[in-house]
This record gives sequence, C-alpha cells and structure tokens, in this order.
Amino acid sequence: MNFIELFLLAVSALKNNIVRTILTMLGIIIGIASVIIIISLGQGATQSIVGEISKFGANILTVSPGKIQRRPGLSGGSGTTVDTLVEADLKALNELPNVSQVSGLVSTNKQIIFDGATNQTSISGTDETYAVMHELSFSQGSYFTDSQVATRSKVIVLGDEIVVELFGEDTQVVGESVRVDGKTFRIVGVVENGSSAYVPISTAQKILLSQNYFNGIEVLITDSQLVESMTTTIEDMMLLQHKIDDINDADFSIRSSQEMVDSISSVTGTLSALLSGIAAISLVVGGIGIMNIMLVTVTERTREIGLLKAIGAKRRDILLQFLIEAIVVTLAGGVIGSSLGIAITFLATKLLSIPFVVSLTSILLALGVSAVVGIIFGWYPAKKAAELQPIDALRYE
Amino acid sequence: MHSQEIISFKNVHKIYKTGPVIYEALKGINFSIKQGEFVAIMGPSGSGKSTIMNILGALDLVSSGEYKLKGKPIDSYDEDSLAEIRNKEIGFIFQSFNLLPRTTILKNVERPMMYAGIPALEREKRAMEALSMVGLESKAKNQSNHISGGQIQRVAIARALVMNPSIFLADEPTGNLDTKTAEEVMSFFIELNKKGHTIILITHEENIADFAKRIIRVKDGLIDSDKKNGKKK
Repeated sequence: MNFIELFLLAVSALKNNIVRTILTMLGIIIGIASVIIIISLGQGATQSIVGEISKFGANILTVSPGKIQRRPGLSGGSGTTVDTLVEADLKALNELPNVSQVSGLVSTNKQIIFDGATNQTSISGTDETYAVMHELSFSQGSYFTDSQVATRSKVIVLGDEIVVELFGEDTQVVGESVRVDGKTFRIVGVVENGSSAYVPISTAQKILLSQNYFNGIEVLITDSQLVESMTTTIEDMMLLQHKIDDINDADFSIRSSQEMVDSISSVTGTLSALLSGIAAISLVVGGIGIMNIMLVTVTERTREIGLLKAIGAKRRDILLQFLIEAIVVTLAGGVIGSSLGIAITFLATKLLSIPFVVSLTSILLALGVSAVVGIIFGWYPAKKAAELQPIDALRYE
Repeated sequence: MHSQEIISFKNVHKIYKTGPVIYEALKGINFSIKQGEFVAIMGPSGSGKSTIMNILGALDLVSSGEYKLKGKPIDSYDEDSLAEIRNKEIGFIFQSFNLLPRTTILKNVERPMMYAGIPALEREKRAMEALSMVGLESKAKNQSNHISGGQIQRVAIARALVMNPSIFLADEPTGNLDTKTAEEVMSFFIELNKKGHTIILITHEENIADFAKRIIRVKDGLIDSDKKNGKKK
C-alpha cells in the first residue's frame, strides 16, 4: 500500500470518530498555538524595541558617565560618578577624526503644562546637531538652532503625541507657549512619531537641572564600518582626557546602538526560548493523550486488525496504518494550532501595537514538531497493533 | 487440473499451552484436498474443526506434522510470507465480523487487493465485477453496516473472489443467517465450485454440510469419518 492510500485510510478512520479526534487534537492545537504565539510575540516585541533603538542611528556611539561594572557585587554602578562628562570632553570628541557630529545629552522627566492640560514626559536637552544625527522629521516648524543653544533660549520641540494630548489633533502649535517647571517655553517644532520633548542643552543644564555635566555624549561616526575602531579611539581619548591609566578604572562607558540591539535581542531570545519550553510541555502532554487514545483505538479495533491480517495485511501495513493515523492527528493539530496561533498573535499585536511578525521557520518548526510528536507517541500503539497475532485478534471479544 | 492435490495434512498435531494447562486440540490429522473439491469439515464444538480451519488459513501453525499448500509446507514461512499466503491463496468467509465497519462495500472488497499492491483503477474494476457476481453491484457505495446479514456474507464472498485464491475457506458462513438466506448464500458456494474453485466449509450444521460433495467429520481432535456426501443437495 502506498502512502496516499494509507493517508486516505487514516483520514477516513479519524472522520469516523470525529469528536474523539478533535478532543485528541486539542492538546497539540493548544501546544502548537502557544509556541507560535510566544515566538511571534517575542519576535514582534524584539523588532519593536530594536526599531526604537535603531532610531538612535547605527552610526552613533553613546558615551555615558560611570564605570562599566567589571567586578561582581552591587557596587561600581553608574550612580556614584555621574558628573564626569563635561564640556571639555564634548570639545575633545568633536576634534576626533571620522566624527561628523557630537551632541551632549541631558535628560529629565518633567510635566509640560498648557492651559491646564498636562503631560508628564521625558525632556532631553541636546545640541542643535541632535536632529540631524537622529534624522528627526518635523510635522511643524523645525529644531532649535545653534544660536538658540548658545543663548540658552527657552524654546522647546515637542513630539506629536504630546501635542495631541495638550492641544488636540491637527492644531498648529509653533509659536504657542507651554510651561515647564514654572518657566515658559516657546514651541519651535513638532517631531513626527515622537513622545519626547527636546530643549537646548544649555537651557536644560542651567534652567531645568542646574548642572554643568552631561548625562551622555552622542558621537555620530561618518561610516558605520568605523564604529568599532572608533570605539577604541574614543576610549583612549577619554582615558587621556580623564587622566586614567587603567581601562578598568574608567569613569565612562561607550556603547553603540548595535550593542544595545544585540543585548536586547539576546534577552528577548532567552525569554522566548524559556516560554517556548514551557509551551512545549503541553505538546508532550498532548502527545501522551494521543498515545492513550491510540492504545484505546487499537484495543477497540482488535478484531478489525485480525480481519485485516486474515485478508493479507502484513505487519508493516498495520504499523503504518496506525502510525499514519497518529501523525495525521498531530499534523492536523499542528496546522489548526498554527492558524489559531497566528490569528491570536495578529489580534495581540494589534492590541499591544507591536509589529505582527510570523516567521515561516516557526511555522515549519511547529509542523515538524507535531509530526515528530505523532511518530513518537503513535509508535508504541501502532507497534502493538502490528504485533497482534491474527488468530488472537480474530478471537478477541 | 482436477486431480491436482492442493492441500495435504500429514499427522498434524496442535497443542495449546495456557500456563500449566496443556491442551491437545489436534491429535494427528491426515487428509488431502484436491483442486475443485467442495469439502465440509464437521464436528461439534471443541472437536478441533476451528483449529483445522485456522491452520488451513495460515492463521496458525501446526505443533507437529506437516501442512502443505500447493505442495509447499507452510510451517517454515515467516510472518510476512504467511500474510502473503492469506492474501493470495486463501479467501476467508467468517461467521461474523466479516467486513470493516464504517467502510463502503466497495472499499471492503478492494482491501485485499490494496495489500497485494494492485493499482486503484484495476482494483475498482475487479471489485465491481466480483460484486456483480454476487448480485450486489448496486450496493457498492453503501456502508458495510447498512446491509443485511446475507448480503454481508455475499460481500465477503466477493472479497474472497477478487484475489482468485486457491481455496475458499468459510467458517460457519451461515451461522448467523435464517434458513432461507443461508441457502441463498450456499448457492453462491455451489456456483463457485461449479466454476472450479476449491471450497472448504467449516460447520456444525448437517443441512449446511449437505451442500458439500465430501464431508470430513472431526471428533476429539481426530478424524472420525471422511466420505463422499451421498445426500448432496
């Protein structure tokens, strides 16, 4: 008998007991759907986070104050030495070769008030170069200028999400004023797809934070190929600048956005793997359910097996018939589970507003795994059926 | 052709062991059957006739002695070869549970041909021919549980017929049927026999055995008598 015939036999046998078949499949459906949902949502979340980070630009190196923790223990974090990045560092970085732009960065969380409406948001103090470095696009107005940075102008650039909250949809806000910390700021621009606010770094340092150091310095490298070598160059320069001999004593750290992407991907990857592992347990449980039902089926159909052997079925014919039945159940469960998983993922991504990503690999993997579950858990019952002696099977009551 | 010996039992013993209990079902059976014969093997329950039928049908093996089918001893065959013998040489008609449940008549008749690896188109053609021989071609698409007891036995005959076996082995084929239907079914065996097919009938009913040309009576694992049927219907 060929596989198509065996497949058709299996399908008709399963159709004859449709309720049992569906109940048996349920374990596999739930298992496969969970794995697909977890993997897809994990990938979607990763993509969303990576997208956010990529907005930082691939060519940007961020110099942060505080040492990188190289020793175990709780000490040595960035908390103790946050005031180490100063104007002199910025200037020195600006003079390095292969550096096209440099921007100091301070950040704080403040309430922005307009006419009674408030919005709590992160406000970044940046140089005028920031907009170019991050390729910000504007729906209204533009970024502040170098002269506004130099004169500590009380101007502000808002993300469009803040504008909608404070002013409502489709409002021209350039020229309007908002209040931050009791001070009036004039709006000069609105950033598309943004939820942050930006003010000149000098203004942020003197007026909002009363500090003269930076929370970070961003360095735009001319060529992404040079990012790695420039990391070393900047490291050396900063060590010299801060008069530190040993890299282990450095009071700063340098990260590229690629590094952040990598570390986040690895975290979400680990998390997905862990959750998939838990979901895989339900596949095993489903597989045991299938084995159980197949054993019952074999017992129920003992006389049928006897009859088949009497009319010429070989051991292999019976083995394959029952094995293929188990595989059809698990594969069908895999297909239904995948579809269900994709549908639920689609709804969940809409709700969580993360990108909808379903990789072909995860679906193929799910189907492969379900077939393997069928083979593993269908094998024993099928073997039991195949090994029945025809005379015993025929006499079975 | 008619004189060719198709089956021979030489001093066949069959011993069953269940735990410490040893039961000798056959105590030295000798007979031979020629091509084209119509033989009834008779005996009360426990006589050993079912054991003979199981051995004849390659469902079971002898404990000692020799069973030759078409001149070849079948004891030495492995399981797959025995399956092949059951498939090609023997057409079974059982008393009950003859057909696969939840399966059409046509698919039931096709099944032995599937195991023989005959292609689908030819299978269907041969199955329909066999079904028309037993007058059931119109029921081909019916489910096996939607036909009467007599029709079930006729389907079983058609299923045996498709493989053109050396022997038709019928185990109490009319055991579950009323007299009229039983006679109808038996008439098909007579017809098959007229066409030259070898029929072996296992029964405990005298009136059914009377359809055969030769009656072998078995008692307590031994042959009691083996003679031509004078009263043949």
